Amino acid sequence: MMEDIVFIGQIAIKSSVAVLLATIGEIITERGGVLNLGVEGMMIVGALAGFAAGFATGNPYLAIAAGAMAGGALSLIHAFFTIKLRSNQVLCGLALTILGLGLANFLGRPLIGEAGVRIRAFAVPYLSEIPYLGEIFFQQSPYAYGAYILGPLAWYVMFKTRAGLVLRAVGEDAAAADAAGVNVAATRTIAIWVGGLFSGLAGSYLSLSYTPGWKETMTGGQGWIAIAMVIFCTWNPLRAFWGALLFGGLTALQFFFQATSIDIIPAYVLKMLPYLLTIGVLVLVTSSGKRRRSASPADLGVPFSRES
Amino acid sequence: MIRLVKKSEVTRYSGLNSVAIAGFIAFGTGCIIFGLLGVNPLTAYTVMFKGVFGSFHSFSEVLVKATPLTFTGLAVAVAAVMMLWNIGAEGQLVWGGIFAAGTALFLLPEAQPYMLIPAVLVTAAFGGMLWALIPGVLKARFQVNEILTTLLLNYVAIIYMEHLFYGPWRDPAGFGFPGTAQLPEAAHLLRFLGTRIHLGFPLAMLCAVGLFFLLNKSSWGYKVRVIGKEQKAASYAGFNVTGKTLAVMAISGALAGMAGMAEVCGIHYRLQTGLAVGYGYDGIIVAWLAGLNPLFVPLTAVLLGALFVGGEQLQSVLGLPSTISLILEAALLFGLFAGKAMQQYRLVFIRSDSIPERSPAGRPE
Repeated sequence: MMEDIVFIGQIAIKSSVAVLLATIGEIITERGGVLNLGVEGMMIVGALAGFAAGFATGNPYLAIAAGAMAGGALSLIHAFFTIKLRSNQVLCGLALTILGLGLANFLGRPLIGEAGVRIRAFAVPYLSEIPYLGEIFFQQSPYAYGAYILGPLAWYVMFKTRAGLVLRAVGEDAAAADAAGVNVAATRTIAIWVGGLFSGLAGSYLSLSYTPGWKETMTGGQGWIAIAMVIFCTWNPLRAFWGALLFGGLTALQFFFQATSIDIIPAYVLKMLPYLLTIGVLVLVTSSGKRRRSASPADLGVPFSRES
Repeated sequence: MIRLVKKSEVTRYSGLNSVAIAGFIAFGTGCIIFGLLGVNPLTAYTVMFKGVFGSFHSFSEVLVKATPLTFTGLAVAVAAVMMLWNIGAEGQLVWGGIFAAGTALFLLPEAQPYMLIPAVLVTAAFGGMLWALIPGVLKARFQVNEILTTLLLNYVAIIYMEHLFYGPWRDPAGFGFPGTAQLPEAAHLLRFLGTRIHLGFPLAMLCAVGLFFLLNKSSWGYKVRVIGKEQKAASYAGFNVTGKTLAVMAISGALAGMAGMAEVCGIHYRLQTGLAVGYGYDGIIVAWLAGLNPLFVPLTAVLLGALFVGGEQLQSVLGLPSTISLILEAALLFGLFAGKAMQQYRLVFIRSDSIPERSPAGRPE
């Protein structure tokens, strides 16, 4: 019994890392007042770039960096169109996803089926020896440890530093921030770019560590789930853990039922559950109203221009 | 230093200009990609052009592709006119396909065409409508963001469809091939002139015209457009926003469902993997390129269809990956944004030393 729980817990953490990283990134972007619906596209491009760099050089550090940078590069397109040209943020994000999936399909074709770099799990000394919890949390991929640190770090920067104050000010009231001498366009560009880095990193986790290899469908909607989780965790990077765990937990149950061939719930229903549950969570959070509305950055999705 | 300055008035025919600029940017992107691949862009575009307009048959394939694209484009457009984002046309298309196949295979397998064709049309529209009403109800009742719900439901729909044709609906005589049995012939849509153009094409054109009149010539459509422009004002005016949200989502889903029916009963003749290939997402591009005008949707659908057929030609003639059309498609959309920006704003080149300091009012004057 305990063994099963540890098994499920371990896979739950493993399955939640990509969503967690992408959620933290999107929180940063949205806190700056910009909605970027291109997460899925940035993730898949990050996954491809990470895999390709690993395949070409064999160097895992380069692979990780390439994944993040690819996501960041794609996000700058969003920054250019939404900030410089003041394009519709929803439509531009969708276009970014379409572009990302197209690029991944087009450029990734020759890499299908190749074996690249694998970033394996490693046990953290001492911590991994804690009974049960050690096995669940500290026998993971380095990405998971990175995420454990990046979540609280993002929270700290956002709420305890001047840079975070500037970011939130731009997201809450861009005109007021502008009057106070903040460079709104630059702040938002950085927020979008950092979000892109996180999405790219999340994608590279999938192709380097979670399911090593390349397939153009490997993100499977995780980017969209991350965007939904931003609402669930009310734009707070610390709560992102809970959102991601929800997704990871369901994926883990799917594995568990498959591995033990217990057939209480049909496989296809299990496969649908992460998406259905995400919708359920959205309904709950939205209809419980007040908290969410006060947490949402007031200028989210509103382009800033001094002229109008 | 480049600055955008708002134009005092927007030029007439601006929509058309935007599309021209979009095309120009996509064309340029293509030149760069072909160049990087070591192919002369002129050769590549000639191959695409010939592949599309080279013969009657090749152009007919463009219209074959334009059929589902028109339906999904209309589906996205009718919702977007009311500022509802239906990113779920893909899932609604899948349900249309499921309902159409189910009707033909299991509900009325023995029916005559004059019975069965209307039956698959109605059930497919109904299937898409039901699927779109889930996010519709969530939006109308709980204000749940429809972008995310419509999109997430796409994955659910596709998983269910795969379950059907890998499982209970799999063709017993199909040698393990994932797909249902072939639909009875009475359910096959009529084809024209020895091509694969089928009844779905004129039907899509009819829907476009019908939707145009509904949105632009009826008081209902007028209210929908007002809600899209200014929701608060519309509810002060006493417009029933909730009811219209549901109605618009229902129409949108029904149109996307028709796309699924057109593919299943017009092309594949069975439910199989090739159904969910992204027409639902392409519909977003079709709708916005058409400026959300239902009468322009068939035109932009043909444009996108030509891009796809041209892309396939690149693969078969030059051995380039056909997925290049996906990138050109995204470039079209980004080009449209650039075009819109150029319509509303003028680019002003300013020498960096002459940028005025911020005035207290926050206006650079």
